[in-house]
Amino acid sequence: MNFNPERFVEMLPNMGFGMLGIFVVIGAIVVSTYVLNAIFSRNKQ
Amino acid sequence: MDFLYETILAVTWQQAVMWLIGFVLIFLAIKKDMEPTLLLPMGFGTLLVNIPGVDAILEEGAITTLYNAGIANELFPLMLFIGIGAMIDFGPLLANPKLMIFGAAAQFGIFFTLCLASMFFGDNEAASIAIIGAADGPTAISVSNKLNCDPGIRGAIMVAAYSYMALVPIIQPPVIKLLTTKKERLIRMDNQAKPVSQTTKILFPIVIFMISALVAPSAASLVFFLMFGNLIRECGVLNSLSDTAQKVLANLVTIFLGISISIQMTGDKFLQPTTLLVLGLGLFAFIFDTAGGVLLAKFLNLFLKKKINPMIGAAGISAFPMSGRIVHKMGLKEDPQNFLLMHSIGVNVSGQIASVVAGGMILSIFMG
Repeated sequence: MNFNPERFVEMLPNMGFGMLGIFVVIGAIVVSTYVLNAIFSRNKQ
Repeated sequence: MDFLYETILAVTWQQAVMWLIGFVLIFLAIKKDMEPTLLLPMGFGTLLVNIPGVDAILEEGAITTLYNAGIANELFPLMLFIGIGAMIDFGPLLANPKLMIFGAAAQFGIFFTLCLASMFFGDNEAASIAIIGAADGPTAISVSNKLNCDPGIRGAIMVAAYSYMALVPIIQPPVIKLLTTKKERLIRMDNQAKPVSQTTKILFPIVIFMISALVAPSAASLVFFLMFGNLIRECGVLNSLSDTAQKVLANLVTIFLGISISIQMTGDKFLQPTTLLVLGLGLFAFIFDTAGGVLLAKFLNLFLKKKINPMIGAAGISAFPMSGRIVHKMGLKEDPQNFLLMHSIGVNVSGQIASVVAGGMILSIFMG
């Protein structure tokens, strides 16, 4: 085990990609859920 | 007569310390009711694997066989996901889908810890440590296995992932209080739930699986088993199977999981300085996850007319349903008429989805 502080900065782009990826996937799920709710609640009415 | 005491004489100090750790785990499970289905077999298993010359951890031994059959190939975590999926009611989330954004924000701790851990460990080990912040044992096991993480720290990762889940009531409230004002904690939220059709509830797990698997195929099996569990709950024709998955299957797999994990708890592997570092980094991940959810809610409040109680953001970690309940209780403590449960549980189940997606993202980044 070594201590390399510069690796923190090197890893920051991965943090950015990871968080962006999560928000994209969750965003897609949120939109799909609104669509599902809109379609099937309308059918119910 | 030597055989009567030769095992006792062969006990090393590391094994004696591990017995103490085993007793602590058993104590926490029984006396403090902390994740007893997991900590009890893990604690008792720790006693077993630290007996000198015990055959259970040899190549053909019972614990080794169980480990190879269920953890090395990720079968147990995936089977457990069927049970977890069957336990989750996505209703509160479907009634208010925008709550899902807090589940995403509360994964911040994972990626921040990834940066911190990378200063001390290699990429795969740092990623495996960071995923402790998913507050989701099966995901932690699955990711560390897939990344072929150093076996020397795998035990600590598994212990941290499960014990911190049990410590949510201790870890989260101070962080939430530190980041919110009394006025913010008193914010009331609309409790009128919109009706959700059964068709939506049935289609939701299928849609989530398709989206997540297409974007992060490395997490496809994790999402599949979680959503399959939820599908058998919601489909309405497999109620008996759903009951079995929620109770019998989940309990049995957890027992096997706990005993199998204990193979990583041998003194020579566990009592290393790196273990303390892993436990510390795991705690960081939990704290920053909580902060991520709370801070996003505070940020959104700058623009919203109808304010959100920022405490619900903290429920975005996937420790379900504990985190959701903690936030609800904190809300009631501030104002006995403030019922946040529906919102906090909605955020909490979104955290379950987001943590699996986070695991997929980590795998996509580091497995290429």
